Amino acid sequence: MKNIITSSIAMLVILIGFTSCNKGNNSGGKSGALASNVAERVYVAPGEYDSHYAFLSGGYSGNVTVYGLPSGRMFKEIPVFSQFPTSGYGYSEETKPMLNTSHGFIPWGDAHHPDISQSKGELDGRWLFINENNTPRIARLSLTTFETEEIIEVPNSAGNHSSSFVTENTEYVVAGTRFSVPIPQRDMPIKDYKGNFQGALSFISVAPETGNMDIKFQILMPGFNYDLSHPGRGKSHGWFFFTTYNTEEASTLLEVNASQNDKDFIAAINWKKIEEYVNNGGGTMMPANYAHNVYDEETHTATSTMKKEVRVVNPIDVPGAVYFIPTPKSPHGCDVDPSGEYIVGNGKLSANLTVHSFTKMLDAIEKEKFAGEAYGIPILNFEDVLAGVVEQPGLGPLHTEFDGKGYAYTTFFISSEVVKWKIGTWEVIDRKPTYYSVGHLTIPGGNSGKPQGKYMFAMNKITKDRYLPTGPEMEHSAQLYDISGDKMELLLDFPTHGEPHYAAAMEASIIKEQSQKIYKLADNKHPYAAKSDADTKVVREGKEVHIYLTTIRSHFSPDNIEGIKVGDKVYFHVTNLEQDFDVPHGFAVIGQNNSELLVMPGQTKTSVWEPKQVGVWPFYCTDFCSALHQEMQGYIRVSAADSDTPIKWSLGEDIE
Amino acid sequence: MKTTLKLMTVLFITMLISCGGKEEKKKEGFSYKKKETTEKTTAPKAEKTPPSKQVDLTNKGIGPIKTVTLAAEVDQTMATHGADVYKKMCTACHRTNKKFIGPPPTGILERRTPEWVMNMILNPEQMVKEDPLAKELLMEFNGSPMANQGLTEKEARAVLEYFRTLK
Repeated sequence: MKNIITSSIAMLVILIGFTSCNKGNNSGGKSGALASNVAERVYVAPGEYDSHYAFLSGGYSGNVTVYGLPSGRMFKEIPVFSQFPTSGYGYSEETKPMLNTSHGFIPWGDAHHPDISQSKGELDGRWLFINENNTPRIARLSLTTFETEEIIEVPNSAGNHSSSFVTENTEYVVAGTRFSVPIPQRDMPIKDYKGNFQGALSFISVAPETGNMDIKFQILMPGFNYDLSHPGRGKSHGWFFFTTYNTEEASTLLEVNASQNDKDFIAAINWKKIEEYVNNGGGTMMPANYAHNVYDEETHTATSTMKKEVRVVNPIDVPGAVYFIPTPKSPHGCDVDPSGEYIVGNGKLSANLTVHSFTKMLDAIEKEKFAGEAYGIPILNFEDVLAGVVEQPGLGPLHTEFDGKGYAYTTFFISSEVVKWKIGTWEVIDRKPTYYSVGHLTIPGGNSGKPQGKYMFAMNKITKDRYLPTGPEMEHSAQLYDISGDKMELLLDFPTHGEPHYAAAMEASIIKEQSQKIYKLADNKHPYAAKSDADTKVVREGKEVHIYLTTIRSHFSPDNIEGIKVGDKVYFHVTNLEQDFDVPHGFAVIGQNNSELLVMPGQTKTSVWEPKQVGVWPFYCTDFCSALHQEMQGYIRVSAADSDTPIKWSLGEDIE
Repeated sequence: MKTTLKLMTVLFITMLISCGGKEEKKKEGFSYKKKETTEKTTAPKAEKTPPSKQVDLTNKGIGPIKTVTLAAEVDQTMATHGADVYKKMCTACHRTNKKFIGPPPTGILERRTPEWVMNMILNPEQMVKEDPLAKELLMEFNGSPMANQGLTEKEARAVLEYFRTLK
């Protein structure tokens, strides 16, 4: 008996030996403790590159962070809606206009749903769009410079949440309102909400060459909450789908009052039809006031223009353009599969996951099988449109992404898990826990006609014990899974910055090749640029003093400046003359009331300094630029307001 | 039975070992690669002559430029273009007639080959690391690096032509 036991143990040991030998990349079928090569599948050796970029929204940081997959390493934080002292974004004279709105300068934003531009339903890696929820805006980031190039405010919107998703050829970036409001805004009792508030769904056109955004039209919908949205694609290209909740139209205690109806709606919008209507002069121009901020790469300067009107469309004026699909129960995510046939309503208070069929929807519309109407908008029958139900997959479904191989992956907030299910049979294939309380998930290309499967990552709301504790406040956690096999495999935990609401990811190849290295000095059209040493100067215009300053390893020119007086407004216009990759220079001067500047090669940035005290004050380079970085400094002499110290500037007068 | 157990243990250990060796790629065979000459072409150093004053008209430096042919006459059009490039890209650190952050270019072709000059413009990172003279120059100028300003070969050639006009 003993022999049998020992030999069985021996056999087992050998078996383990065999399994641990497996270094194959195909993880199909293997999971758990036996898959001992997990570490090497996320290991990117020093100097090597990740295979994917991931762009995570920063939520209340207002910014976007750039990560590599599968390593989970963070490469950059791109400032978008929030001031960023690291680079001077939102502090420099050039970038302050980026944060201008109809409410004035706003130093902060709540960034939500990044989406990469698409051509023919595939990610093309040109731009990244992201919405600001609080003071409704949409930003466009260049994936060449990895900088924010444009921000447009969205009027008539409040809680810009069902945004910023692009159509199949980036014809539009779409922004829907979560909170309905009086349109136009007016002074009225809150309790009169029902029937009087409206929700604006904005279709913002994107110029094919430049990416410039312009609000083409807004659809003024009934006063529900428009929670999330996604474009139709493939066969459903030309349609857009929005989940709604609070179809009860409650204005108070929504926690209870907005959960009364058994079903809310998914709004199906035939935007091609409305576009045609608008192109033929349909809709009305209504007075509005919203900011359009554009950053010019040649002048390195943003301008802010206030726009004064917007075209609005009443949906009942365009028959056949808008329908409501009943969907249980306060649906959150509204996700369309790569074929465009299936529309998933993630009913966050529902036990089941509802999937609608686009074909059935068209059929029901054609046969005019309506269950009723809401404010003149036809409501379809739930059963007529239903494709299938994933029965009790988990608790609190929020978002679904697709792998392009016939499977969908849904996050469940309450039960903290990702569930893989099969499109068509609606059966649950696999489930894996997340740590903890997962919100969004992302598959590279998961919101396109062509997902680039292999990885999926879950972005969680609660971290608890996942990392070494850092006091009450912790970064959120994300988990990376390999989805190339039948079962999902947890590979890696990594912390994320702010609160990522969704992320967009894609294969690195296109973006990596186009990434810009420097700004060409010859193309610099900044009005205050000093493009060579001969252009450096100090110019007084009344109480304003403009200093045309250059940087190169490792000195400022000029570095001795005199003739400044207390009460002056001093503009340091810093041009970095370097033309080599990754040689930025920084600029800081004592008592600067805004932030430093971090100036890229060939770029000009401006910091305003208002000296309050007489003295000789230093300025210096903040970015360690060469072995002589510590020597990169200068002095600026500030005289009394009534002094007659002449303006003088120099560099190296005492050199042999 | 005990023998079986022993055998199996041995087998297991062998497998563990073979596991580790799986990734190893052995290099075998002979290498007939020519060794680089150890002889340096640097001119003999004069005592206490700073590198910037040293004359070396054989060293072509390290970089994309292998041969430059200078015409007897200066090409004025090219030199004018070169002067413009020099003004925009070089004056932050160089003055034509005096030492500034870096050495002055006047008379440079009496001390350096045209190839060396162009390689220093086009490939400064490698030059200051590997070219013996450029290495010494870096030290003479306090470790202040020669910045790569991203000039094209054509622009660097024009700058060289401009240097010929400096007196």
